[in-house]
Amino acid sequence: MADILLHNLLLLLLAPLLPGVIGKTKAFFAGRKGAPLLQLYYDLARLARKGMVVSDTTSWVFFAGPVLALAVPLLAGQFLPFGALAAPLSFNGDALVYVYMFGLLRFFTASAALDTGSPFEGMGAAREVSYAALLEPGILLVLLVLGRLAGDFSLQGMLSSATLSASWHGSEVALGLITAALLVVVLAENARIPVDDPNTHLELTMIHEVMVLDHSGPALGLIEYGSALKLWLTGALVIQLVVPLLLPPQLGASALTAAFVVGQMLLAVIIGVIESAMARLSLPRIPALIIGAGLLAAFALVLVLR
Amino acid sequence: MAMACIVGAALLLLVSGTPGLVFSRRSNYSERISVALVALAALYGVGGCVSLLLGGQAQQLVVAGYLPIGALVLRADAVAVVFLLPIFVISLCGALYGLRYWPQRQQPRNGRKLRLCYGILAGSMALVVLAADAVLFIVVWEMMAVAGYFLITTEDDKAAVRQAGYVYIVATHLGTAALLVMFILLEQMGGSLVFPAMHSLVATPLAGVVFVLALFGFGSKAGLMPLHLWLPGGHGSAPAHVSAILSGVMIKTGIYGLVRVSGFFVAPPPWWGWLLLVMGVVSAVMGVVFAIAQHDIKRLLAYHSVENIGIIAMGLGLALLGRSYHLPVLAALGLAGALLHVVNHSLFKSLLFYCAGAVIHATGTQEIDRYGGLIKTMPKTALLFVGAAVAICGLPPLNGFVSEWFIYLGFFRAVQHSSIAVTLSALLAPALALVGGLAVACFVKVFGITFLGAPRSRQAGDGHEAAALMLWPMAFIMLVCVLIGVMPVLVKALLGPALAAWGIDAVTLPQMFAHARLDAVGGCAAALLALVLLVAGGLRWQRRRHVQQRGATWGCGYQFATARIQYTASSFAELLVGMFSWGLLPHREQPRINGVLPEPTAFCSHTPDVVLDRLVLPAASRFAAACATVRHYLQHGILGIYILYMAAALALLLVVAGGW
Repeated sequence: MADILLHNLLLLLLAPLLPGVIGKTKAFFAGRKGAPLLQLYYDLARLARKGMVVSDTTSWVFFAGPVLALAVPLLAGQFLPFGALAAPLSFNGDALVYVYMFGLLRFFTASAALDTGSPFEGMGAAREVSYAALLEPGILLVLLVLGRLAGDFSLQGMLSSATLSASWHGSEVALGLITAALLVVVLAENARIPVDDPNTHLELTMIHEVMVLDHSGPALGLIEYGSALKLWLTGALVIQLVVPLLLPPQLGASALTAAFVVGQMLLAVIIGVIESAMARLSLPRIPALIIGAGLLAAFALVLVLR
Repeated sequence: MAMACIVGAALLLLVSGTPGLVFSRRSNYSERISVALVALAALYGVGGCVSLLLGGQAQQLVVAGYLPIGALVLRADAVAVVFLLPIFVISLCGALYGLRYWPQRQQPRNGRKLRLCYGILAGSMALVVLAADAVLFIVVWEMMAVAGYFLITTEDDKAAVRQAGYVYIVATHLGTAALLVMFILLEQMGGSLVFPAMHSLVATPLAGVVFVLALFGFGSKAGLMPLHLWLPGGHGSAPAHVSAILSGVMIKTGIYGLVRVSGFFVAPPPWWGWLLLVMGVVSAVMGVVFAIAQHDIKRLLAYHSVENIGIIAMGLGLALLGRSYHLPVLAALGLAGALLHVVNHSLFKSLLFYCAGAVIHATGTQEIDRYGGLIKTMPKTALLFVGAAVAICGLPPLNGFVSEWFIYLGFFRAVQHSSIAVTLSALLAPALALVGGLAVACFVKVFGITFLGAPRSRQAGDGHEAAALMLWPMAFIMLVCVLIGVMPVLVKALLGPALAAWGIDAVTLPQMFAHARLDAVGGCAAALLALVLLVAGGLRWQRRRHVQQRGATWGCGYQFATARIQYTASSFAELLVGMFSWGLLPHREQPRINGVLPEPTAFCSHTPDVVLDRLVLPAASRFAAACATVRHYLQHGILGIYILYMAAALALLLVVAGGW
């Protein structure tokens, strides 16, 4: 019980720290001081106290996006182990529930964007659903590799550090490949550079940010908090995968969990470095990146099937 | 008792349209009587199916010897029940819906024909599923096909409708031809025209021919990808509730045939499963890609049927692979996914067609680009449509997810096997994920462009909500979708006996259900719904607490936006159509814009069906032209030459007869 509570507290309280870490890293590379580490917490508190401006064109669908933006990560988080903290919910095939719930979120985020009747938001919605459709096979290939190695098809079974540290001996290449593929998934799913630029000021070039242009106040707060949770949850896949490689397997439970949290922060730093080091890809080249990541995962699958 | 109920229900459906023959074309009594008959039939039918499931035994009815073709055998087992339930339920929903969608008084020309053929179609579908001997099967199969033709050509005053009907009747008869040969071969193998028992035939090389013929014959009815020719036009032309029953139920009779025939054989060779799996992948991926490129809402939904038939075929392919490699759990997972998807697709696809019908009724057009903002005038239809869209995309918490989840579990079962021959099939699993992602893209497009934003035309602005009699059947179907999604444990009672009837043994069934934890999936769906309600309640409370201003949509500072600047269906799909243009071969008319002050110009894009419009129709017209040329050489109109032909034919016959 205490474990479940801690699991959820980690998710709910620490997730908004990640965008702050990314921001600080980017500020460091740009030679700026940057926004405070806790900026998102301040923003969320401020947005919760605000009223809203709502377009006349919209209907209830406009609010379905923000509602799911919070509800989906809250439930999806229950399927993932964080370090030594076991997943509160685990059953055979929960990995698919995890993936498809984010599909549901995408359905309503894009619909909420179309609800405003804005051409820019329509553009963002079209891009979001198109690129995500290409990303989906890659995610499934990663799950197939993990499922094959673990002999289990729950996220808890696939990502528990005991099975993974055994798998890293013997299938290093395959796991390395899917780590790379998952990194691309993290960047694409969370609308980071090189797929999307969260800080761009030009609506024409946006993907994710443009879809939420018309949201304000508490609805925007839900979206911002939801994206932080989603960043934590997608990042958790990578960290959970890599920690058993880098640390000795006989590590204690609390040390493992601590390593997981530090890993999340390090991943945020890495994302910050990537964002500082490179520019956004031009839109026609994004499918190449996404399909490339899928191919890496496919190679990994062929390697473990061999 | 159960059997009598089911057969009686089928016969009642068959004659449910006949009151129209007696009453005048202006009278609305005939339609009311026929709906009452359909309702009675549905009641009996569902009751019979339930008691059959509870009884647990397959039942048989032999109608002996009044006909020169011998006894007719009807048989109902749990596999048949899986297909019978949608037939009865959707027939009733469609009949009720049709009462307001196609009322006799407003459609005096074809209302009675529609009801007569609707009854014949529904009844013969039930009989197809019940038939257990080849003669009866072919007879009712043909009745179903012909009734389908008259339903598709309901509005036969339109040339496009007649063309679609023609393509349908040709396609279905090619399929029937293959089935005739297949049944003759089966008779050679089993020794009787009565269907052999499950798992009673050995898979000889001749059985391979039987399977290929079945795949052609049943696949062309089901709409597997290269054989789907008739589907888009057929479903696009018929009235909405007819499209619903054609697309939701009739094409499943093809799946039924495949399930039945493949069940006859012990240990089918692996290539059967592989062929079905690959055809399923092609259908699923290309079906959804073609759907994305469509502008006509009913054609788009028709292509989604191709996609879903592909998903069902993937499940069935896995089941056959499981049988070939003696992996009973894999076989059970694949078949459970396929059968459950049959039920699910019949629900949400009918619902989508009903919603599309309501939209067409309100706006008078099938062009998605003319809609927009309909959620304001038709809020209930919009809610039902979004529910059905979530279900068809296979997203939790609705029923579509459960069946796809079974198929995924099958793939994951396969990937853990030690033999490479089995694990290779897992390489096709990402295709299912791609299909899921593309379906989301497609339905965001349809829902968003149709119901959200601002109206794009005057008709869309003046829309009206569907009548209550149309909404009730739709709401009922939605309820079943939610129920299967949130409490999938319920379908165990249907799937368990069906899998057992297909030859999954009693040891495997509990293993399979222990592997696929339906209670857990249902719990997640319920938890998701509860969380959504909770967060929505919180947001509502926040909105009450603080002032909320209304304003215009942000237009980057531009204040005078019109509805015409909105994204359209074509622009939404443009990225994906571009990515898949290698398979779609879209047709674009894009004029070049010259000069500083260019002339007014127009752009249009259109994606015809590659197989039908670019391959089969041109090839057929070439062939017809070649035949015409030959005829031109042979026919001169000179009597002497004709007499010469006759003499030559006679001589040839004499030679042949003498030679033998």
